[in-house]
Amino acid sequence: MLQVLRLRAKAMEAVRQFFAERDFIEVETPAIVPSPGLDFHLSAFEVRDSEGATVGWLATSPEYQMKRLLSGGAERIFQLCRSYRADEQGRHHEREFTMLEWYRAHASSEAIIRDTEGLVAQVAKTLGSPEAAALCPPWDRITVNEAFDRHAGQVIDADDEELFFRVWAERVQPQLGGERPVVVTDWPASMASLAKLNENGTADRFEAFFRGIELCNGFGELTDAREQRRRFELNQAARSQAGLPVYPIDERFLQALERGMPESGGNALGVDRLLMLLTGASSIQSVMPFPAEEL
Amino acid sequence: MADTSDIKKGFKMLIDGVPFAVVDHQFVKPGKGQAFIRTRIKNMITGAVIDRTFKSGEKLDQADTEERTMQYLYPEGDSRVFMDTRSYEQLSLTNEQLGENALYLLDGTEVDIMLFEGRPIGVTPPTFVELVVTETEPGFKGDTSSNTTKPATLETGLQVNVPLFVNTGDKLKIDTRTASYVERVKG
Repeated sequence: MLQVLRLRAKAMEAVRQFFAERDFIEVETPAIVPSPGLDFHLSAFEVRDSEGATVGWLATSPEYQMKRLLSGGAERIFQLCRSYRADEQGRHHEREFTMLEWYRAHASSEAIIRDTEGLVAQVAKTLGSPEAAALCPPWDRITVNEAFDRHAGQVIDADDEELFFRVWAERVQPQLGGERPVVVTDWPASMASLAKLNENGTADRFEAFFRGIELCNGFGELTDAREQRRRFELNQAARSQAGLPVYPIDERFLQALERGMPESGGNALGVDRLLMLLTGASSIQSVMPFPAEEL
Repeated sequence: MADTSDIKKGFKMLIDGVPFAVVDHQFVKPGKGQAFIRTRIKNMITGAVIDRTFKSGEKLDQADTEERTMQYLYPEGDSRVFMDTRSYEQLSLTNEQLGENALYLLDGTEVDIMLFEGRPIGVTPPTFVELVVTETEPGFKGDTSSNTTKPATLETGLQVNVPLFVNTGDKLKIDTRTASYVERVKG
């Protein structure tokens, strides 16, 4: 227990130092938000008051509020916070987990990938991780299609999303980042979420993998309010059709995009997974002082 | 009806009419995608272990299996008769169904019998049993360096390798998981 506490404290310190050296401001945004992530495959915890009225949802990520800060003029911000996801429980999932999220205004996803490499390598070094050598930058790059071709011997069209993710989960992801981390880019446009599109029509989204485990999900951020509203409405329609709860659209976030958000890059990194990988643990629960099952 | 949220180690499900037991399972959810449960499951009839991925929330048929503790009574032709220690109900298993497990049975030995739709499909003997040596060559004095074990036949017909000091008539503790000698039992 004490070992876990020390590990976490030291890691947080290393993260804060990394961003302080790069002139980032550490920010705090609320845990209870008027709208959680609207992605079809995300499920949020609803928060009610004593009369049973819905107050909001626990944030699935601090993205909307952090982007409002970008729109308001903040240029380099990071946050270490809890994020909450209902119905996610497993060796690499907890309903409540620690997220490191950061944004750079006037920057591309490329700058964020470099941040990610540098940050992970620095934390690994600070903690004296046996993986420190393997995590040295630069990391390998591969597109989604190349990853499918290399590890499953076929490219799967994203129109059949279930097959796409089934083959991804069974055959591709377990092979990614076996020896050194790999950054997977060029995701299908239908999975762009809050990312802009690349000139080649794919989403400007990247995920880094190490030892078959997804470490982070970053974007070249979508700044077009109208396109963002269109995607939210598509998400809502899909959720409604599937009988899932339909979360409201965060209008203040869209207003912030309308007022103008600079071209930005951002990333969300699972701190518990990072600590698991750096220590060679077999689950995120073993690097958490209070996993849900032990509460 | 069960679904993937019921999956845990030992959960038994029916796939195309065959009962499978979950050996290992993992929740996987790609960043922006569908959640799955990857499982390693064991065919309870053949023992074969396979990997199978289920969509999170997928409905599953729970297998109608039941494990009962039963006591071995006596042989009857090509079969062995067991009795449920609670209901006193009797059941017979052929030597073929029992396979090597028949070699651990003495009067009164308690075994766990797995029933699928009322039919026995598997037998788990106690982890350790004590059996008497009926035949083994006398140990050679002085020869301890090269040949430190020798074969022995036990009262049920089981053959194991034993240390040289073991003699006919000794009672031995046997690990049924590995079919191997553990120690000589005093008395």
